[in-house]
Amino acid sequence: MMPDLGKYENIVISAYAGALFLLCVLIAVTLWQGRRVKAQLNAIEARRDD
Amino acid sequence: MRALLIRDLRLAMRAGGGFGLGLAFFLIVVVLVPFAVGPDTSALAVIAPGILWLGALLSCLLSLDRILALDWEDGSLDLLATSPLPLEAVMGVKAVVHWLTTGVPLVLAAPVLGILLNLPSQGIIWIMLSLGLGTPALSIIGVFGAALTVGFKRGGLLLSLLVMPLYVPTLIFGAEVARRGSQGMAVETPFVMLAGITAGSLALMPIACAAVVRVNLR
Amino acid sequence: MLEQKQKESTKKPMSIWEYANPTKFLRLSARLLPVLWICAATFIVGGLIWGFFFTPDDYRQGSTVKIIYLHVPSALMAINAWFMMLVSSLVWVVRRHHVSALAAKAAAPVGLVMTLIALLTGAIWGQPMWGTWWAWDPRLTSFLVLFLFYVGYIALWQAVDDSDAAADLTSILCLVGSVFAVLSRYAVNFWNQGLHQGASLSLDKEKNVADVFAYPLYMCMAGFILLFLALVFYRTGTEIRLRRIAALIARERRVI
Repeated sequence: MMPDLGKYENIVISAYAGALFLLCVLIAVTLWQGRRVKAQLNAIEARRDD
Repeated sequence: MRALLIRDLRLAMRAGGGFGLGLAFFLIVVVLVPFAVGPDTSALAVIAPGILWLGALLSCLLSLDRILALDWEDGSLDLLATSPLPLEAVMGVKAVVHWLTTGVPLVLAAPVLGILLNLPSQGIIWIMLSLGLGTPALSIIGVFGAALTVGFKRGGLLLSLLVMPLYVPTLIFGAEVARRGSQGMAVETPFVMLAGITAGSLALMPIACAAVVRVNLR
Repeated sequence: MLEQKQKESTKKPMSIWEYANPTKFLRLSARLLPVLWICAATFIVGGLIWGFFFTPDDYRQGSTVKIIYLHVPSALMAINAWFMMLVSSLVWVVRRHHVSALAAKAAAPVGLVMTLIALLTGAIWGQPMWGTWWAWDPRLTSFLVLFLFYVGYIALWQAVDDSDAAADLTSILCLVGSVFAVLSRYAVNFWNQGLHQGASLSLDKEKNVADVFAYPLYMCMAGFILLFLALVFYRTGTEIRLRRIAALIARERRVI
């Protein structure tokens, strides 16, 4: 399953982990902000329609 | 235009802080360096041109937020913007005043401080030349930064953050001229590049400065 | 003149600039986004798995060659994100198209993270290969400068309250910054020659990458481009909604 990474195993794994972690943080923050703003907008529009 | 130049110069003189402060800051930076890196004169001689350039750049940076802040506070910036003089010219004059009150004293102080750092004697002429050629670019780029942040509540730190990356090319070429000059190497290429940056910024940056000030005055 | 007319028109809540184009944009992005997300995920996951599990080790670099699948695409996007911001800033300055300014704002943090990933993976790769985390190599240094530009740009957006003024100021900063970023690139190139000549720190792997490594790399690059597009579309939508919230709240206040 796991390819043999030789003596550089830690290096490669940490590079992938770090980069993917940063990407995940970016995507999570983006989605979280988007959801929050969408909900907020819906609330205001609903209030306006009343 | 000349009236504006004289007015600004007089204001800068009277406020006192302006150029004394920049010069004192330059002195302190240079004096602190040997405490930090040790008194080894041969090591100091190697880093002297870079330290002098960095010190000059930092003391330029320190005096930037005063360029437009006072005029903004008492409303004379609005008057200048509506005056028959084009705003680009006003910005140019501001840069000239900043250079005369900050850049020129720095250039004149550099040789003295160079001696403190054990700068080789052939390097003194080059540090003066490169600072003399480079500080106008620092001034006009600084005016752009000041124009971007004019009227902000806490613009000082943001101003430094915005201006620093813009200073990179000037610093590299300026320090390179001084470094090569002090080691007796050929200086033509960085010298020409430094002159090019200064000429280009002086020609184009006033337009950007004026555009930014118009936005901020809206 | 024209600028003033449009500024007035933005004040009217139902004007074309405030709603029609953003709504059209939102409808378009609602249709595009699912496709973009899925394609981006497929390409990135596929490319990374291909690269990580099914490529041989390089004879010189060992298994560290696998870092290329993250490093090169993120570096590519770090530069192209700034380029995209430059183009949309120009569109904003010339056409006063609000979505364009918001897209530039939305792209900046993405570009910042891409720069960070490129720097991080580069440093981790450099440690065993060059024996150092960091060298003042021209490419590394210019990425550091690019990073500073991103930070300044984002900080300026945060600092200005009035959104139109913020868009104007950041656009001009982006234009001026681009010129100086290119200048820095050349300056740094020049400056480094004086320091260590002939050091073989060239990252220009494109030329000597073998096909085994190239295909998964192209896949990752496509994936990163798609991911960037998806993120920018989504974030621009968020910015548009934020602006609409601000407009609605302002209107409610006026009514009361």
